[in-house]
Amino acid sequence: MSFVEYSDFIQDGDVAIVHLGHNSMTPVKVQHGAQTQTRYGVIRHSTDLIGQRYGSKVTCSKGGWVHILHPTPELWTASLPHRTQILYTTDIAMVTMMLELKPGSVVCESGTGSGSLSHAILRTIAPTGHLHTVEFHQQRAEKVVEEFKEHRVDHLVTVRNQDVCKDGFGVTGVADAVFLDIPSPWEAVGHAKAAMKKHGGRLCSFSPCIEQVQRTCEALTEQGFKEIRTLEVLLRIHNVRAVTLQLPNFGPDSSSQAGPEAMEEAPPSATPDHASLKLKTTAPLREMPGHTGYLTFATKPRT
Amino acid sequence: MAHSEDNDYEYRIKEGDHVVLKRGDVYKAVQIQRKKKVIFEKQWILLDNVVGHLYSTTFEVASGGSLQPKEDKETESSTDVKVAGTDNRNIVDDGKSQKLTRDDIETMKEQGLTDKEIIKQLIDNSATFSNKTGYAQDKYIKKKKKKYENTVTVLKPTCRIIAMMYHGREPGKICHLRYDTLAQMLTLANVHAGSKVLVFETCAGLVLGAIMERMGGYGSVIQMYPGDGPVRAGVECFGFPTHFHDMLHEFPICHVNALLAGTLDTGAKDPTAEEKQLRVAAVEEQNQPEAEQQEGSPEEENMVTNTSDDGGRGQEKLEKEKRQEAKAQERKVKLEEKRRKLAAAATLLEGRNADGLVIASHFHPYSVLLGLLKFLSPSRPFVVFSQYKETLIECYTKLKEQGGAINLMLTDTWLRQYQVLPDRTHPLLLMSGGGGYVLSGTTVATDNSKPASSPPAEEPAPKRQKVKDSEG
Repeated sequence: MSFVEYSDFIQDGDVAIVHLGHNSMTPVKVQHGAQTQTRYGVIRHSTDLIGQRYGSKVTCSKGGWVHILHPTPELWTASLPHRTQILYTTDIAMVTMMLELKPGSVVCESGTGSGSLSHAILRTIAPTGHLHTVEFHQQRAEKVVEEFKEHRVDHLVTVRNQDVCKDGFGVTGVADAVFLDIPSPWEAVGHAKAAMKKHGGRLCSFSPCIEQVQRTCEALTEQGFKEIRTLEVLLRIHNVRAVTLQLPNFGPDSSSQAGPEAMEEAPPSATPDHASLKLKTTAPLREMPGHTGYLTFATKPRT
Repeated sequence: MAHSEDNDYEYRIKEGDHVVLKRGDVYKAVQIQRKKKVIFEKQWILLDNVVGHLYSTTFEVASGGSLQPKEDKETESSTDVKVAGTDNRNIVDDGKSQKLTRDDIETMKEQGLTDKEIIKQLIDNSATFSNKTGYAQDKYIKKKKKKYENTVTVLKPTCRIIAMMYHGREPGKICHLRYDTLAQMLTLANVHAGSKVLVFETCAGLVLGAIMERMGGYGSVIQMYPGDGPVRAGVECFGFPTHFHDMLHEFPICHVNALLAGTLDTGAKDPTAEEKQLRVAAVEEQNQPEAEQQEGSPEEENMVTNTSDDGGRGQEKLEKEKRQEAKAQERKVKLEEKRRKLAAAATLLEGRNADGLVIASHFHPYSVLLGLLKFLSPSRPFVVFSQYKETLIECYTKLKEQGGAINLMLTDTWLRQYQVLPDRTHPLLLMSGGGGYVLSGTTVATDNSKPASSPPAEEPAPKRQKVKDSEG
């Protein structure tokens, strides 16, 4: 297992995702002799996990079962331990495409936070790219280094524990893309420009508030960035369900008595009072995320 | 410095390159060819001059359509006019505020005045301009700039640009797949270097190209295609290096059943199918020359009357036979190549261990999804795009019934763009109505033996029961 390479069987030391049903997932570190408690009972790693195929159904001690999934950045995003607010897959997808990330890209990111976006970046730029990520919170920086090692992507990433607004990214003239998710991105725009290749590159800044966007756009214009564009992407989830809708009773209808079609349509057993129509449709969630953040993209021209 | 010169080389536009032209928000993909005129935004342009310049250079269209690199340093000093009104209470629309006539403007254009000069003239001759508010003046200039601007930027193609281009120019060709939806698909399918991805698309090759870009030449892509051959016009636009094509395989969807049943014979000793195809080719061959002959008959008749001997005719026949033979040989080579490719793709599929599946077509996705899902390893993601939600509802229902997939999610995304300007920030007035729907999920091993004990309450199984109940 690695976050950038699929394998078929679960091995000692892997990080596997336990799927408990209904989008409830939890990551486990697979270790000989270890046990994991779930609401369906205990999973014994040595017998239940190691050597099993990813995607298998594992029966737990209480008779319930779970699926064990190969880790991907998307499953990780859905199950990772939050140390900060994180970026979710919808925004990550947009960032990845609009920053033009691909194998070999060199990317700068700040802050690292809980590493949700970092894993997605690493997946996309492997095996030849590199991520320089900056996190000013020491404990978070240490924790994420540990995770990268566990996920076997540490060869693709350098974590720096410094303040990006003051000290920059620790590299100059190497990045194809820069991503900013910090409270005052306008203070880091200059450093972002310096980190980028002479030939140019793409920048993205994620901010929840429009005032932040406003200031960032001003700073970007000042620094000579082009193609500045602010977007917002919202995910709408459609719950599939079968619904049955009653038809009202209009009372006896003398004119349609003769109509043979009407007779045929009504099932003989159904009394007119209980006539109903069934259909497969979708319903929106009762509440949905209405806002995550504004994504501001820009191009650094050749300098 | 020699080194930096080398660095520049890969960023320079070369003859034969696939590039994207940009003006405002309009894109067009073209290939750079000498002495070739292309039409872009109602204008003929000649691309000869762009060769050797760096990518992302902006060019000015000179008379005759040739392009000259534009001096950058956009000094926005054309907006020198600093007299502005506060509101529009005294601005009356009498249709006479602009003193220049249409003819005047045409003359200026013919004289080859730059867009900036024309705009300046328009402003100078507008009676109301100085009464407009500063914001209104900006808007006026912006609008005129868009109209008279005469520049073209040459960009290196990327998935972002090509997806935006297709969505803007030819959404019908890509099943109205909006670029943010494509982005979701690539991410949800975990497309990355080194994996083995199955694609079924009728989006002109845009989706295939996007996947190839994300894989960077590592791993393999198998394009399942309907009909006679895969459509890849969109892939061309990306201008991939040749080695990217080594990872690209193709397999006709009409052979899927045979492959699943194990009856697909792609070995060399498959004379029946091959011969049949050859025979068909031969028949075509025979029909074709006749048609050609008819077209060219007057000339041939002349020749015959000129030589007026039977020997000439015999020789001609001989030559024709030779030509036919050569053509047949060529066909045979092509067929052989095709068979080899089919065998290679079949080998990749036979293991049924693909790492991802992406479907985006104008076909009903239901049968495509159920058929191709069989080729995936367990614990691998799949995504299905459809312009319509109903088709995906059916896929969802069927997958829930038959099992083998979890994390099923039917979604679409809204994309909203903002104008960000000092004191004038708001969402753009116009937004795209819909970019299609995506069904995504993860494969799991199908259990051969049903678990003896009842599944836990939160598992989907009882729900399924309920659905069945309500249906039955």
